[in-house]
This record gives sequence, structure tokens and C-alpha cells, in this order.
Amino acid sequence: MDGIEAWFLDLYHTTGINLTIVYDAFDRERFLRGLLNTVVLSVICLVFSVIIGILGAWLLGARQAIPRRFVQAYVQFFRNTPPLVQMYFFFFALGPLFMTTVERQVGQMVFVSETPLLTSFHWAVISLSFFAGAFNVEIFRSGIEAVPRSTIEAAEALGMSRWQIYLDVILPLAFRICLPALNNNLVNLVKTTTLAYAIAVPELLYMSNQIWSDSVNVPEMMTVLLFVYVGLVAILVFAMQRWERAMKLPGFGT
Amino acid sequence: MSARRRMRLDNAGTDLPVLLPGAERLADRARRDRLVGTMPRLHWTHGAVLAGLIVLWAGMAEAQTGAAEPGVFDALFRWMPLLLEGFGFNILISFMSMAIGTAVGVALGLGQISLLAPVRGSSWLVTQFFRNAPWLVLLFFVMFMMPFEFVVFGTVIPFPDWIKATIGLALPVMANVSEIVRGAVMSVPSGQWESSESLAFNRRQTLFMIILPQCIKRMIPPWMNLYAILTMATVLASIVGVSEMMTLTRRALAAEQNAFTLLVPFYGFVLLCFFAYCYPIARFTLYLERRYHVIT
Repeated sequence: MDGIEAWFLDLYHTTGINLTIVYDAFDRERFLRGLLNTVVLSVICLVFSVIIGILGAWLLGARQAIPRRFVQAYVQFFRNTPPLVQMYFFFFALGPLFMTTVERQVGQMVFVSETPLLTSFHWAVISLSFFAGAFNVEIFRSGIEAVPRSTIEAAEALGMSRWQIYLDVILPLAFRICLPALNNNLVNLVKTTTLAYAIAVPELLYMSNQIWSDSVNVPEMMTVLLFVYVGLVAILVFAMQRWERAMKLPGFGT
Repeated sequence: MSARRRMRLDNAGTDLPVLLPGAERLADRARRDRLVGTMPRLHWTHGAVLAGLIVLWAGMAEAQTGAAEPGVFDALFRWMPLLLEGFGFNILISFMSMAIGTAVGVALGLGQISLLAPVRGSSWLVTQFFRNAPWLVLLFFVMFMMPFEFVVFGTVIPFPDWIKATIGLALPVMANVSEIVRGAVMSVPSGQWESSESLAFNRRQTLFMIILPQCIKRMIPPWMNLYAILTMATVLASIVGVSEMMTLTRRALAAEQNAFTLLVPFYGFVLLCFFAYCYPIARFTLYLERRYHVIT
């Protein structure tokens, strides 16, 4: 390990290529924490967006018009406005509405201060989940619709109840049908987490920005950042494609 | 889509006497499907309701402010010309990025179906690289790595930040257009290639006279979809300091001392502007998709 660090330090002294994230423990720790935050943010948003998608698709099939209209309006609104503006709206416009007072005692004095109830990380999770969820609603709905009617009729003929049909026939098939589209959206979500930079969530881009501001190594950090993101997404895409191939419905689609 | 349409045709005949027990339920479901079936049916009234909600919110905020403070509507109307000018700038950036991205992307997409393995491989690699990189990171990359001016034969060509942002946004557009072109060419049945070969067209003639004209129809809906995405991505330029709508909004809010009551109306106004611009595009794309849909 020391050898590698020494080599990169030597690289800096001889060529001027300054990769502090390799030989400097502090910068390395910051970079890795940023990477971890990006992954954590992506995973949390992924879970919430899938939940929102399932709920939305379920509401779209409701008998009453009001929940249907509501979900449609939600989907259209979040699909047709910039995710960054959504994030700003949540963080800067709605954030100040959720304040809490914190009392701190220092000696004899009691300080009462207003602090936000939700941190920027929470708001990033909320806005990104809603953004990706809007796309997921559409994806799940089209997946459910693509289940052949005859399959459902066959299940009905076998005497299955509505709930059983939904759980045991429609959902498993719909999931496998919409998996490619869902994966695309999730990959997109991972790329969209970079927007959290704008509201100071300490994810990879934000941390890299801090590193290049401190160490003045913009070109090196930029290149590293680009390749790390491409690598991250490439790994994800590769894994997803393998999964898709494993889950492909034989004889359905092309 | 086509499968769904076929299924719907099948369902038209559910009133056969044999199917009577289930027919009612199926007819009911079919009716509901027709209601929800295709993409969410949104009407312009929904946009109006949304605008109404924002106005209502602004009105409530207005009612809460004392008589001494300036009203919310006053502030919004005062800043609106500036904000709309910023929005126009966003649209300008989106047009230019789209033009550059499409020009380069089409070339790259044709490179991806080239018969020469090195051209095909390198086009594929470039496409995948720029498709998988986040837009914001690419924007940062171009902003920081490109010089702010070029010196060509002694003359200084300035390179303002908004042009750099345009190029930064054109990179992912390029990669996506490349994929759209490749996908469209692949979607043309191979019989077309074979029959044109039997009619003694060479490869170039086949591509430009037979395959690509058919592709244009298929490419337009995803291309417009990409344009809507790009328009929404132009806001990212505010992070790297271009004076577009979001930057101006934040400056306007700062000038108003970030008044608590102004935050929701101002950010809401930005959202509404983009919605008003992108939603018709989305609707039109959907219409074209349905119209050009090839029933296989």
C-alpha cells in the first residue's frame, strides 16, 4: 500500500499529475465517503421510487376517478418539469415550511434556534424518489397491461380470486415484462443523484468538488470522476442486463 | 402496444352466450381499460388546475403578508419579464445543443452500423461512454476543461460559458441520438435489405434511399422525447453559473431578501414554465408514436 502511495506521490513530483485521492488519506476518505453516499442515496431512492411506482400503478386501476386523476396529474407533472427545479422547489421552497425549534443550554443560558426538520439528504431522497417514481408508475402500468388477457381468463377459469390472480399471475408476469424499462429508469436514477450536489448533499460530485477546490487538481479529479461514474453505471447496466436475460419470458416479445 | 390493441379487439366479442358469467366483469374491465388504457389522459384543464393552485397559494401568501410589505403578485409580476427572458435563454441553449448533438449523433449512429469493425467498435464505445455518464458530470467536465477563449492565428475567439454549457449538454444528446439511429435502423425488417440487394442497390443506396427514409418516422418520437429531456436538463447550467432561468430566479429571490412568502410562488413559476413548454411536446410525441406505430 505504501508502495502505491509513494508511486503516486512520485508521479505528482515528476509529471505534475496530482491524484491526491490515492496518496492522501484525508482526500481518499472524503472521496470514498462521497462514493458511499452516492450508492446509499441511489439505493434508498430506488426502493422508494419502486414503492411509489407500485402504489401509483395500483391506484391507476382504481374504480374511482379521483385517485386515477390524481396519479395521472402527479405523473405528468413530475415527468415534464426539470428534476433540478423540483429539487430546488422541495429544498428551498418547501424546506423552510418544515422547521423545528431546538433548545440548547449553554451554562445558564438557553438558546432557542430554528433548524430545518429535514436535512438536504432527506429532501434529495424525497425529490428523487418522486421523480423516478413518476416514471415507474408508467412502467408498471404498461407492464400490467401487457399481461395477455387470455392468461387472466385462464386464471379466472381455474377459479382463482381477483386477489390471487393479481398476486400470483399478473404481478409476476408484469414484473418480468417491465424489467428492461424499469432497469433503464433505475440507471437513470443513479445518474440523476448527481443533482443532489446542488443542495449540498455530500455525494460523490460534491466531495470531488471539495477535493479539487482544496488540492487544485481540477483536470485529474474531473477525469477520475467521469470514469468512476461511467464505471459505476457500466457495472450496474451489465448486472441488470444479465438479470434481464435470466428473467426473460420465453416466447414473449422479441 | 400492438398486442394490447389486438387484445382489445378480441374483447369486443365477449358477449357470447358461453361467456356470460364472466362477460359482465370483463366488459366492465374493458370499459375501465378504455378509460385508463392508453397514456394518462390529461386535459389542458389539469394544467389550469395546477396554475390555479399556485395562484391560490400565492394568494394565501399575499393575504398573510401585512399591508406594509409588498404583495406576492407585485413581486412576481415585477420579476416576470426577467425570468421569462431567462427561460428564453434556456430554450436557445436547448435548440443549439439539440442541433449539435443531432448532427454528431447521426454520424455516430451510422458509424455504429458500419461494416468496418474499428469504426463500429469505436462508435459503440463513444456512444456507451457518453450515454452512461451523468449529464451534470459531463457538464462540469466541459465547463472546467475547455478554455474560455481560443487563439487562432492571432485572433482571440472568446468562448463564453453558455456556449461551453451548450457543448456540455450536446455530448449526452449526441450519444442518445446515436442509439436512436442505431435502434431505428435495426428495427427495419431484414427483408428490406435483402430485397434491395436483389434489386441491385449497393449498400449506400440501400441505406440512404430505402432504410433511412423509413427510419425517420420511427426516430421522430424518441428524438422529441430526448428534446424534452434536454430542455429540462438546461437548468443544470445554473449550477455551473450560466445566467439562465433558475439562476435569475435565485438572484431575484435574493434581491427580495429571500422573503419567506415568495419562495413557493417563484419556484412554482419556474416549474410551471417548464411544464407549459414540455407537456405539449410530450403530448405531441405520444400522438406521433400512436400514428407512426407499425403494427407487426
